[in-house]
Formats: sequence, C-alpha cells, structure tokens
Amino acid sequence: MAILQVTDVNKNFGGLRALHEVNLDVEEGAVHAIIGPNGAGKSTLLNCFVGLLTPDTGSVMFNNTSLLGIKPHEINQAGVVRVFQTPQIFEDLTLLENVMIPAFAKSDGAFRINAWQRMRQRTEIRDEAEHILEDVGLIDQRDVICSSLSRGDKRRLELGMCLIQHPKLLLLDEPTAGMSRADTNSTIDLLKKIGERGITKIVIEHDMHVVFSLATRISVLAQGTIIAEGKPDDIKGNPKVQEAYLGGAEI
Amino acid sequence: MDAILLQVLNGLDKGGAYALIALGLTLIFGTLGIVNFAHGALFMIGAFCAVSFNKLLTFSIKVKDESITFFDAYKEVPYLEVWWGDTGKAIIDYSVPLSILIAIPVMLLVGIIMERGLIRHFYKRTHADQILVTFGLAIVLQEIIKHFFGANPIPQSAPEIVAGSAAIGTWLGLSDNLVYPWWRLIYLGFSLSVIAAVFAFLQLTTFGMVVRAGMHDRETVGLLGINIERRFTIVFGLAAVVSGLAGVMYTPILPPDYHIGMEFLVLSFVVVVVGGMGSLGGAVSAGFLLGILQSFASMNEIKSLIPGIDQIIIYLVAVVILLVRPRGLMGRKGVME
Amino acid sequence: MSKKDLSVEYSTILIFALAILTMPIWLSPIGAGYPDLLQKFVIYGIFAVGFNILFGLTGYLSFGHAAFLGIGSYATVWSFKLLGMNVIPAVIFSIILAGSFAALIGYITLRRSGIYFSILTLAFAQMCYNLAYSVLTPITNGETGLRVLKTDPRIFDHLFGRGQVDGPLLTDLFGIHMTGYPGFYFCAILLIITYYIAMRIKRSPFGMMLKAIKSNQTRMNYTGFNTRPYLQTAFIISGMYAGLAGSLLAITDPLAGAERMQWTASGEVVLMTILGGVGTSLGPVLGAGLIKYFENIFSSYNDNTLHAALSFMPDWLNDVLTIIISPFVGSGWHLTLGALFMIIIIFLPGGIMEGMGRIIQIFKPNKPGGSTKTASQG
Ligand SMILES: Nc1ncnc2c1ncn2[C@@H]1O[C@H](COP(=O)(O)OP(=O)(O)OP(=O)(O)O)[C@@H](O)[C@H]1O
Ligand SMILES: [Mg+2]
Repeated sequence: MAILQVTDVNKNFGGLRALHEVNLDVEEGAVHAIIGPNGAGKSTLLNCFVGLLTPDTGSVMFNNTSLLGIKPHEINQAGVVRVFQTPQIFEDLTLLENVMIPAFAKSDGAFRINAWQRMRQRTEIRDEAEHILEDVGLIDQRDVICSSLSRGDKRRLELGMCLIQHPKLLLLDEPTAGMSRADTNSTIDLLKKIGERGITKIVIEHDMHVVFSLATRISVLAQGTIIAEGKPDDIKGNPKVQEAYLGGAEI
Repeated sequence: MDAILLQVLNGLDKGGAYALIALGLTLIFGTLGIVNFAHGALFMIGAFCAVSFNKLLTFSIKVKDESITFFDAYKEVPYLEVWWGDTGKAIIDYSVPLSILIAIPVMLLVGIIMERGLIRHFYKRTHADQILVTFGLAIVLQEIIKHFFGANPIPQSAPEIVAGSAAIGTWLGLSDNLVYPWWRLIYLGFSLSVIAAVFAFLQLTTFGMVVRAGMHDRETVGLLGINIERRFTIVFGLAAVVSGLAGVMYTPILPPDYHIGMEFLVLSFVVVVVGGMGSLGGAVSAGFLLGILQSFASMNEIKSLIPGIDQIIIYLVAVVILLVRPRGLMGRKGVME
Repeated sequence: MSKKDLSVEYSTILIFALAILTMPIWLSPIGAGYPDLLQKFVIYGIFAVGFNILFGLTGYLSFGHAAFLGIGSYATVWSFKLLGMNVIPAVIFSIILAGSFAALIGYITLRRSGIYFSILTLAFAQMCYNLAYSVLTPITNGETGLRVLKTDPRIFDHLFGRGQVDGPLLTDLFGIHMTGYPGFYFCAILLIITYYIAMRIKRSPFGMMLKAIKSNQTRMNYTGFNTRPYLQTAFIISGMYAGLAGSLLAITDPLAGAERMQWTASGEVVLMTILGGVGTSLGPVLGAGLIKYFENIFSSYNDNTLHAALSFMPDWLNDVLTIIISPFVGSGWHLTLGALFMIIIIFLPGGIMEGMGRIIQIFKPNKPGGSTKTASQG
C-alpha cells in the first residue's frame, strides 16, 4: 500500500505553472527518487507535502489522512520530516543542542512547559543525540556553535536532526549538493543504513550516482509534470527522460 | 449631515500629518529596509525650524514707546520692523509658510547626515537593532531640542489673513454654521500637494523608477549595478524633508514641544502598518482614514456611547488590521507578513 | 558532568545572593548605599530579568512591557486600599493581574513577529497609558496618581484592629514596615528568588526551545513544535515579572502613576537588558543597576553643583567643562540615556557581559584552535 498518495496536484505561481496534474504513489519502505532539470518543480512538490505551500488543487494523503490544511508541526508530528535544500539548522546553538531539540519534539510533543526540569534529567535524550551525532560523523564537534560549520557538515547535521525523530517518511532535497565526493559517498552509506531501518524516503537529487545507488523507484519531473516513472533500469533507457535533460550527459 | 462633514474635515488635517510622516517611514522601510524610530524626531525638527525662524525674524530691539506720554516706556520691536516697516511686519506675519524655505535645506541636510553617519551602518543589522538605535537617536534629538527651547509648547501663529475660518457650509449650500479654520484647510491642501509631488517624483523620474523598483525587489536592483548607496541617501533626505515640512506647517495647529515627534511617530507607525508596510498608497490612504476615524471617535455622541474610544481608536484599528489582514490595507502579499 | 552542573548552579545563585544582600555595604563607598536607591536597583533588576526571558531568549522585542509594570503598581495600591497594608496579598494580586493582561495581550500580539510584534506591543502599551489617563481615572486617579487614603476600606487592617493609624500609612509585612532597609531586603530576596527561577528556566528544556525559536523559528515549526504556546508562556512569565516589579515599586512608595506605563519606560528596560547583555543571566541585573545608579548621579547635578564638583580645575577649564557637561546632567539625564543607548548598540551590541568576555579573551594566554567557537555555559 502506498504510504504517500499524491493526486492531481496543481500549483501556479502567478502565471508560472510550477506543478501540473502531478500524481505520485510512494510505497512504504521505498526510496523514491524525484529527478528533473533545474526549475522543474521538485522543491515545490516537496513544499506541498510539509505545509510550506498549499497546492491550488489536488490532494496529498499520508497514511490515508490529508496533509493539506494542517500546520507544519502537525505534519511533522505525524511522521513526515523534511531536509531542506538550504540547510535549516539552529545556527546559534551547539551541534548537540541542535540534535536534542528534535528529539524533544519527538518525546514531549508539540508543546510542553518543562520549564522547571533540568536538562540533566533528560539523559536519555542526550545519549540518543550523541548517538546520532556519531552516526553522521560530527560527534567531535558536539559543543561547537553551528554557524561555523561547513555547508556539507550543516547538511549532515540537518540529516541527523531529522533522523533522531524516527520519521515514517523522510523528504530529502538534494542531500549531497555542495559535498565533496568522499562526503557524498559517506552520505550515501548513511542513507543506506537508514534504509535498513525501514524509513520511507523521497530523495530529490541531481547527482545520478547518488540516485542510482539509492533509489528503488524514480519519477522524472519536467516543467511541472511527471514525464516518466519506473524502476531505475527503466528510467535509464527512457528516451523521453534523456530528451528532458537536453543532452542528458549525466545519464 | 453637517456634523459628519465637519468631523471628516477635522480628521483630514491630522490625517494629512499622519500621511506625510507615514509616507516617509514607508519609503525608507521599502527602499532601505530600515525601521526608523527617529522619524518622528524629523517632524519635530521641522516644527522647530519654524520656531527658530520665527525667533530669528522677531529678534528685537528696545525702543521708546511713543504712545505712552506720562513716563518713559519702552517696548520691544523686531529689527525687521525697524528697518523695513510694514514689509518687515508682513514678513514676520508670514513666518510659518516662509520657514518652509529654510526647512527644506535644513531637513535635507539633517536627513543626509543621519543616513551617512548612522543609518548606513545598520542596513545589515537586525530590525531590532535598527529600532533600538533610532530610538536612542530620537531621544537624543528631542533632548537637544528641549535643552535649547525648553519643555513648554511654543505657539506659532498662522498669517493674519488666514487666521479666521472658511465658511464652508455657505459655499456648499449647507448650514452657515459649518465653518472650518482656514489654516487647517491650507494644511490639507499643502499635504495633498506634497504627497502629489512625491508621487510625481517617483512616477515620472528615472530616479523614482529605480526607487520603486528597489521597493519591489531590492536585491535585483542592487545586482543591476546601480549605485544604490547614493540613492539611499537621497531617499532618506527626501523622507526627512517631507516629514519636516509636515512639522513646519503643523505648528499653528498644535504648538510644538520637544516630544511632539514621539507622539506622531507612534501613530504614524500604526498608520504604516494599517496601510501596509512598504506601500506608499497604503500609507497615504491609511493616514487620512485614521485621521478621520479619530475625529469621529472624539465626537461627544460616540464618546458617551463608548467612553475612551477617542484615545485608543487608532491602536484598536491597527490591532484588528494586523490580526485579520497582516499585510495591511494595501500591502503586497508576502511582504513582511 | 551533571553533578558538576548542579554544584555550579548552586554556587552561582549563592554568590549572587551574597552579592545582592551585601549591596548596602559594598555600594556605600560609591555613594549608593542608601535604601531608596538600593530598592530601585533590585526592583528594576527584577523587571529586566523578566524582560530578558522574553527578549533575550526568544528575540521578541516588546516595546510595551511598561504597561505590565504600571498594572502591577495599580493593582498593589488597590490591594492596599481594599484589603489593607499587608504586602503579601498585594504582590500576589499584582502578579496575577499582570499575568492575565500579559496572557491577553500576548495572545494577540504574538500572532505576528519581528517589527510587527514590536509595534503591536507598543500600540497596546499606549492604549493602556491613554486609558489610564482618561476614562479609567476612577481606577487610576489620572494625572495625580493613585495613593492610599486613611478613609479607604482596608478590610483586614480594620479586622485586626489596625485600622486607625496615627502617622502616615505604611506598607508592612506582618508588622515590619516596608520602607528603608527592610523594604530593600524584601525586594532583594524576591530578586534572588526570581533570578534563580529565570536561571532555571534558561537551563531547562523549555528555555532551550525558546532559544531555538530565536535562532530559527521556521525550523522549529518543521521540527514538530507548536511555537506559539512557547512564546505565549514566555510572554506571560515576563509580564508577571514586570507586574512584580511594579508591585514592589508601589510597596516601597505607595503611589502609582500612569507615567510609569509610558513607552519611554518600556524603552528603558530594553536598554537595561541590552546594556548588561541580552540573553545572559547576570547582564540585565547589571544593566538595571548601572542605569539607575547613573540616573541618580546625573540627575542630582545642576550647573552649580557641577561647577563646584569641578572646582579643582583651572577656572577656564572648569567653565568650559561645565558648559559641555551640563546638558547631560540634571534634567538632561535623558540625553545621556539616549546617547548611551546608541553607543551600546553601535559598538557593543552584546552589552557589558560581551565586553567583559572580550577583555578576558585579551588577557587569556593564547589558546590553540581559537578559531572555532565553543558554547559558553553562560
Ligand atoms: N515562491 C515562489 N514564487 C514564485 N515562483 C516560484 C516560487 N517557488 C518556486 N518558484 C518557481 O517555480 C519553479 C519551480 O521551482 P522549484 O524550486 O520547485 O524547482 P526545482 O525543481 O526544485 O529546481 P532546483 O533543481 O533548482 O532546485 C521555478 O521556476 C521557480 O522559479
Ligand atoms: Mg529545488
């Protein structure tokens, strides 16, 4: 059964048709890649899932409940978690705090006045956070203020912040953009490792190496419409896809 | 009917002042991205331009009072009268409108110095920092004025010829009782023409075009390689002149004191918010609208219905607007919502 | 680690308590060791500590906190008038009333952020101020200010046979009059308690959420937090602090006037917080103390006293200096305040605490790897 069902989504920005009749079914446990040229509408589509944008028409169902018209924090609490294209982290806080905060959202809910509780009473959260920092390879810098991190590290940190929430559906917008080859590979390994935990993922990616080493299914978006969908091998040979990429050297 | 018309008129002159200050505020916010809490101080400085000009003109000499014959009496006569007789008298009589000539260069200078010396360094700082530093500046400016002019309001008078009231009721074929002070009518006309001039400047000149483009999309204009910095200075100077002039002409209506600026500032900010941050048309229409609303709220009939409403009506409107339509009456969607 | 944390926390509050309680001793050499001024230090310290919970942690700049100060004062005087001169009900009543107003105003103003929030809070404070001066005169006694009269009901005073007083009416805590040093110690103990509460809040998960909201509110929402109730709680808490401060002002001097609610008063608490160091625990208390100290010194001078104070200089220099300095003293104190405001924000946005940090950095032996910033336990 599909964990995420997107039906006939349309989104216009003024005169610009960013999404047109988009249909998408993401199977539970799948790693579903969305690829397409710049400006195809990939980020826009993800934004429609997390409440950042509301589609003009169409529906987005997650586990048979609609994601439209509810607040971002409710979507997150439902288990849909997003990594942004430009890393969104708490720049003024330490790495450890950055990872602990999402863990609190998971354990304490959307709001709780724990104003009298000492942080040290929450060792379970600290331990979990340290564990995640180890996973993403940032444990050495746990007490560093985030604004001094490199872009690649910020991405990894954000990934860690999302992972600690044990999401049901993880949305990744270009998780490896701006990373070196080595970093990219370690991120792929990390993502594969999460794959073993059974988290469903939607990945937007330009790097075909990443796409083909991770994806179990691929949708191709061009000018706001899905022009092809299928298993990685089917997509590789699809002439429509190569055309969309104009020269399609990457494929 | 008469009563309503009178209230509308009563609100218009105050509305004109709000509109002029708000226009400058929103212009500065839209182009420079600066939240200027010192804008009310510019209004006050304008008002004190008029006061100082009047002081200058009435610089007096003691002369013997000829009308008193029993003993030697002296009276103060301004030098101008001594030198030029009736012409001098006329000049003094017209000191408020004449001080516009002084106020324009003074305000331009004040604006430019302010932008170059302080505001410029805050383009990249947070709004909170901008608010705080301009708030500090406003206090400094008003305390300086207080040091030189004292704490009491200093009344200024309009020229003799327009001291009375205009028989608006008679003109319009309504009740003869409906009269309206000439100076307020002049203030209304004056503020409308300043507004028109600003709009014409922004619409018709290339400079204005760039400024409007900048209000729409600051980054792109910056990328086009246009010398934004110099334009910013000029825009700030222009906004200073506009609110300074509003202050000059308002002196016969409300005797200025050192904290007149603060009072107008708070209200003008509310006006900007109601009109829509960064919207020039919004600032102007909200200015007049709130002026009129305030004047209606101070009608005795309404005050007895809802006591105290005249004191809070503007703030109340602002609160409601911000809650139901955060971008203001005419604000663009997505701008600082 | 955690044990060390705890002992650090206790020793911090212990040192703080000692420093506050011994203020009459160590402040007398600089001429500030008398109760009226000391009371001001600690009362405004409470105000600033509370303001810092909102502004320092969440970054929401309220320009209307003086309204809660005023509400606290009025509530206290009313409690004196109706219930009697005991301060306990007065304090409780003030905190509750200010808290309820904060709940209401916060509910509305927190729908917006950034400058809109600042302007909305300003609008509300101005509304309170205008109303206090006009229609609410029966409650606030308008320009004259509200004070306790011998003819007031003071139910409990009469009940306990203390209705008839010969001298002036004095506030008391079970028989101890809250003027002079007892008044100071009462306020000081409350400052220590509220400081401890603020410190605990800052170090709690709740405090961390507030800091995270300041850092990136969007991220907070997409992390699954409903940020509004967090902000609302912070707003109410800081409103209650302001109410307490207002109450103490009225306890040490039982008179409440509307000018306490004016927006320049709101600006003053912002300045205290910034001068000391936004977001730091100790900064606001320092800032409040410094501002009130200098206010006291500066406004006590006039041209003559200034001339006298500078008399050790050659006459011509004395004259020149008097002319230069005189606008800044006496009634010109506000000029100094405004200038200070600008200087701090331009040159030292992090306030005194940051300044001290920088000085310490200079004198520290150069540590390797100074380029990576590490979080301080502040
Ligand atoms: N808020 C917005 N307002 C107006 N137009 C927008 C907005 N967001 C996106 N667009 C436009 O919609 C189109 C799709 O943008 P989107 O960011 O979804 O592309 P993308 O596929 O993610 O591209 P990239 O690979 O560069 O990230 C683009 O033409 C973009 O300019
Ligand atoms: Mg994108």
